[in-house]
Amino acid sequence: MNRRDFIKHSATAVAGTSVLLTACRKAEGLTSDSNSGLTSNDSDPSQMTMRVNPNTGDRVSLLGFGMMRLPTTTTGSARENADAPIDQEAVNEMVDYALAHGVNYFDTSPVYCQGHSENATGIALSRHPRSSYFIATKLSNFSEGAWPRKESQAMFKRSLEYLRTDYVDYLLLHSIGGSSRGRDAIETFNARYMDNGILDWLVEQKQKGVIRNLGFSYHGDIRVFDMLLQWHDEGKYHWDFVQIQLNYLDWHYAKRNNPRNTNASYLYAELEKRGIPGVIMEPLLGGRLAKQPTHILKEMKRADIHATPAEWAFRYAGTPEGILTVLSGMTYMEHLRENCRTYSPLRPITAEEDALLMHLADEICNLNAIPCTACNYCMPCPYGLNIPAIFSYYNNMLTEQNVPAKRWLNGYDRAVPRERQADHCIGCDHCLPHCPQRIHIPEEMQKIDNLVEQLKQR
Amino acid sequence: MLRKIRIVLAALFYIAVTLLFLGVSWRINLWLGWVAKIQFLPALMALNFAVLAGLVVLTLVFGRLYCSIICPLGVMQDIFAWFGRKAKKNRYSYSPEKKWLRYSVLAVFVVCLIVGFAPVTTLLAPYSAYGRIINALFKPLYDLLINGLAVIETRFDSYMLSEAEIWMRSVTTFVVALLTLGILGLLAWRHGRTYCNTVCPVGTILSFFARFSLFRIQINEDKCRKCSLCEKNCKAAAIDFKNGTVDLTRCVVCGDCIDKCHDGAIGFKIVQSSNRQSSIVQSSNEPDVSRRAFLTGAAVAVGTAAMAQAKIKVDGGLAEIEDKIAPHRQTPVTPPGSVSARNMNRHCTACQLCVSACPNNVLRPSTDPLRFMQPEMSFEHGYCRPECTRCSQVCPTGAIQAVRQEDKSFIHIGHAVWIEQNCIPVVNGDHCGACARNCPADAIQMVEHATSDGRTVQVPAIDNERCIGCGKCEYLCPARPFSAIYVEGRSTHIS
Repeated sequence: MNRRDFIKHSATAVAGTSVLLTACRKAEGLTSDSNSGLTSNDSDPSQMTMRVNPNTGDRVSLLGFGMMRLPTTTTGSARENADAPIDQEAVNEMVDYALAHGVNYFDTSPVYCQGHSENATGIALSRHPRSSYFIATKLSNFSEGAWPRKESQAMFKRSLEYLRTDYVDYLLLHSIGGSSRGRDAIETFNARYMDNGILDWLVEQKQKGVIRNLGFSYHGDIRVFDMLLQWHDEGKYHWDFVQIQLNYLDWHYAKRNNPRNTNASYLYAELEKRGIPGVIMEPLLGGRLAKQPTHILKEMKRADIHATPAEWAFRYAGTPEGILTVLSGMTYMEHLRENCRTYSPLRPITAEEDALLMHLADEICNLNAIPCTACNYCMPCPYGLNIPAIFSYYNNMLTEQNVPAKRWLNGYDRAVPRERQADHCIGCDHCLPHCPQRIHIPEEMQKIDNLVEQLKQR
Repeated sequence: MLRKIRIVLAALFYIAVTLLFLGVSWRINLWLGWVAKIQFLPALMALNFAVLAGLVVLTLVFGRLYCSIICPLGVMQDIFAWFGRKAKKNRYSYSPEKKWLRYSVLAVFVVCLIVGFAPVTTLLAPYSAYGRIINALFKPLYDLLINGLAVIETRFDSYMLSEAEIWMRSVTTFVVALLTLGILGLLAWRHGRTYCNTVCPVGTILSFFARFSLFRIQINEDKCRKCSLCEKNCKAAAIDFKNGTVDLTRCVVCGDCIDKCHDGAIGFKIVQSSNRQSSIVQSSNEPDVSRRAFLTGAAVAVGTAAMAQAKIKVDGGLAEIEDKIAPHRQTPVTPPGSVSARNMNRHCTACQLCVSACPNNVLRPSTDPLRFMQPEMSFEHGYCRPECTRCSQVCPTGAIQAVRQEDKSFIHIGHAVWIEQNCIPVVNGDHCGACARNCPADAIQMVEHATSDGRTVQVPAIDNERCIGCGKCEYLCPARPFSAIYVEGRSTHIS
């Protein structure tokens, strides 16, 4: 989601909405705006909901700062603009604000932002006392070249360097459950972490105190998830935390969107029964849940005139007690401000609100949007397609009613250059193993191309 | 008064033709396309007897009014001449008709037309010369403007403008257009309608009829005081003030002389007892002359196949896409409606109207000297889409005859050819099938094939009978810079 869409979306909110205030914030004598997302209201840092890590006693802010969608010096996040350099000043400003408003968890990875995220994070955070924040990073040895033991170790060491620290608070095995060319998910996991002894090496690092909490993030094949939890039960390995995708859509309807995926209700239950704290990713599905079609927005507004769709999504994701922190990749200051407010403090979702959200999730599923979160793991497509831009445009058009063919086609040409459009997909399947949402990308490209043909041949 | 009327009408026609060639909007092509179809040479090539008769009658009645109003190259020269006259007043002078030059050029032109020697006919034709100037030199500027406006309108959430790809379709045609503009512009600036009265075959043909015109510019000897103003302002160099004569074969009926004369001694009037000869241009039934092919051998472009595969990372970015290079085709591909490459060659004046109108960037002028500047198809930027018949709708000469949308996809204009050494599955083992999946004629199937190094891959098998030559496969083939599948033209289209 970029700033323009965010602003545009906020502008459609009913005129005269006032800021979502709690009693204590009223005392600050704040001004209100017609758009609740854009007011100058800052949250009270002392009100930030904190969750306690049962293993280490860490007090972690419920809002976690995801460093995957950092702002660039051109418009858009570093996800969308692969070549544009990260706007370090903006990152510093946001990190400063976050820390000042109670956020103390920062999640990054060696592969985010074309490899620049850790460095940008390190620069921003090292300007503050080390004890004031928790760093989470990952061993992101996805490519075969990084599988050899030496390479994976080097990757970890580089992370420490970039982050300008000698210990990592939360270290994750990145996206277990993904497959690779010619290997299924379990084989891939073994190649990445077991055959090279890296997992054991990480346990050693934990014993040395270089890692404080060892965990993993999960996408994809549920068998790997189950396998790792079984090891936890058997005492082979101990997971201090697990990062899962959870939002009001994926709670019950992940499988409905894509039969290859797993409902968040299952994932959370598995963690809860073992007392493993969960870290949440994709509370907004890469921003998709922030931008709702009008009929869904109206229902949300009828229930709570002041709340934005983003706020609904964040409240939902933070409600379960077993959640340690909810990660949000905030590109713009407005995002950060609003999320701080949402969690200062959290108002848990009531049973009634839960029913409403499940009903809305059902409606959203009926739109048949492509569940792309613009994570860009599929990129670069070797034949030049701009996969996330195509999906994003297609989904955007779904939320508008009765789009005339000319508008659809002209907008398409402006969103994606012709040689990168869906018709150029050759079905090489390189992207398939990389998608954490397990979208069958070539199939979706075919469907989009069919639609385009229909529109052109009208 | 004649001058004012002439200017208004000329402006209207001129703007209309220019809009057609700029490709402003398809609706304009539908409403104003007739302006291209009433041009003399296209009407002649299309055997549009109604238009030809109309133009002959027009000339017999009013003289070479066509040259001042309808012909866009004429109006363009008038614009340059106007600036020339601003720079130096009363700059023209009478010169006698150069009969030998006009007739010999016309003879050469007619011979080439009959024989089908395109380079001469396309170069000399006035309307097509203008078309090329607009298409090659000014359309890119217009497209640039529209693309810029499109960026601006996006900010206001408007999507009405279609953006155009701007690319050099042919350096040769560009240079020819530039030279034409330069040379004619200079000539017009200095001398007025030199081209029209020495070289232009249409001018020469119309001059046969203009000499008998009912209305004509005439000097009234009684009122004339021999001041020479009319001669000095005649851009056709047709007025001899000393003898009081106006050469009707060269007068383009612009009316400048009338406005200049202080004494009202020159006017546009009916002449009585003039022998009016009406004749209809006979178009020769061109014999089916088969020409020797000057084409080179069937060497297929052996390309270093496939684009360089970007090293696969997992953190985003866009792979670079190498530009496609058009393959050498033994037989050019010409659009549905052109019947055959031969027919196209015979009838096309290379005006580029179809090139302007093609929305998929398929048509472009040929650099082959024998088909000089006449359109051919290539598929690096797009393919001949099934619902589009625009080129056949705009063509004023009948080189591309009108085709109905429902018939178009049944005309076989070419057939696909596969080049093994460029094909992606053969080169790097990636599974492809883009051509087979997209073929609108269902002419391609993927089949197992053993490569020379012992692997088994799926490659396209083409059914030549089904292939219509639309170029979708060539367009979508990921192999770069040379496609692994391309279209060879059919010398005669099969319906």
